[in-house]
Amino acid sequence: MDKNKLLSEQVQRNSGVDVSKCMRCGKCTATCPNYDLMEYHPHQFVNMVENDKLDVLMKSSSLYLCLNCFACVERCPRGVEPGKLVEAIRLEAVRQKENNHLKPDQIVEKLTEGMPQQAITTAFRKYTK
Amino acid sequence: MVYSYYPGCTLKNTAKELDECGRISAEALGFTLEEITDWQCCGGQYTSGKDEIVTKLSSVRALDDAKKSEQDLVTLCSACYNVIKQTNNAMIEDSDMQMKVNNYLKLDEPYKGETSVYHFLEVLRDKVGFDKVKEAVKAPLKGKKVGAYYGCLLLRPGKVLQFDDPENPKIMEDFIKALGGTPVIYNMRNECCGGYTILEDTDAAGRNTSKILLNAEDMGADFLITACPLCQYNLMQNSLSEKTPIYYFTELLAHALGLREKECFK
Ligand code: SF4
Ligand code: SF4
Repeated sequence: MDKNKLLSEQVQRNSGVDVSKCMRCGKCTATCPNYDLMEYHPHQFVNMVENDKLDVLMKSSSLYLCLNCFACVERCPRGVEPGKLVEAIRLEAVRQKENNHLKPDQIVEKLTEGMPQQAITTAFRKYTK
Repeated sequence: MVYSYYPGCTLKNTAKELDECGRISAEALGFTLEEITDWQCCGGQYTSGKDEIVTKLSSVRALDDAKKSEQDLVTLCSACYNVIKQTNNAMIEDSDMQMKVNNYLKLDEPYKGETSVYHFLEVLRDKVGFDKVKEAVKAPLKGKKVGAYYGCLLLRPGKVLQFDDPENPKIMEDFIKALGGTPVIYNMRNECCGGYTILEDTDAAGRNTSKILLNAEDMGADFLITACPLCQYNLMQNSLSEKTPIYYFTELLAHALGLREKECFK
């Protein structure tokens, strides 16, 4: 089977998201605090997974701009939960060999006075494997 | 009443006031936060991937510790609350997750989600009661207009956390009223501060926090309160607005209970 198709099935299985439930209303994107910084917006993630465009999504910087705020998960009228799909795709991306988005030696330059430990642990959890 | 208390990494470091004011206030209100021994960092955010097992383990260890002590688990930090409660839910709802986690941990008895998880604010609302909190207030916040900043982690996903109505919460407003202050409702109170992406893009986080603070100012807030160290940091650091400071909700509580006076709340 085509690799993109397999990955599309994997991210749907891992996120529990059924992309066929999406009715393309765009509410997820409208409520996303970072939508305008994203190359692909939350509703596009859903649509592109449905169309097996995983190779494109896995290279997109949008994966690292999702705040995991779950606004789209809470507010999608069809219960699609796009934020979980973004997370599952990011997991596939950072699980690839040498594809961590954040490396420990980058942390020092990013640290500022008073930055909570929580910021660092969370960034590592989301950006690395 | 004694609760198993999970402080989390940040409350032992940059957010000591959130921790200390919470503990002393608990004692004054008749309950004890007993720290779980050898707790490990929750990781800061929940990973929703169903095949993510390792990232769930530290939470399950803490949950199992509370189960053995026959106590409910309480957190002060919104992030720890979110991670541990979502993990507990996965241990109940997802039999595959439950099996894999237990297979790895080899506990004396498998953990199946027996522990109840509460945020400190829920203890005040549901166990102590805001009426009792009100009676214990010694220095009411007369004339103070306080904006509650909820952010994401206390509220979403609403169907798992069941903390409050995720789109129209009122627990923090009721808390402010119990302390004698006037809550200020503003529509950005449950929108994201930018979270951990400050490590990726400081400007983006600043953009979010500015919108939140300007909205709170417009609605007349003197200051904001939060339960999350990262929200507090982002709002203080990355905002263009300097007029509206943000404090931990426990600082406000400890002040109102007469335990730790703070000039800015007078
Ligand atoms: S809000 Fe839900 S139904 Fe609407 S476009 Fe987004 S995923 Fe599809
Ligand atoms: S979870 Fe991610 S995609 Fe969804 S609204 Fe928040 S930032 Fe946007």
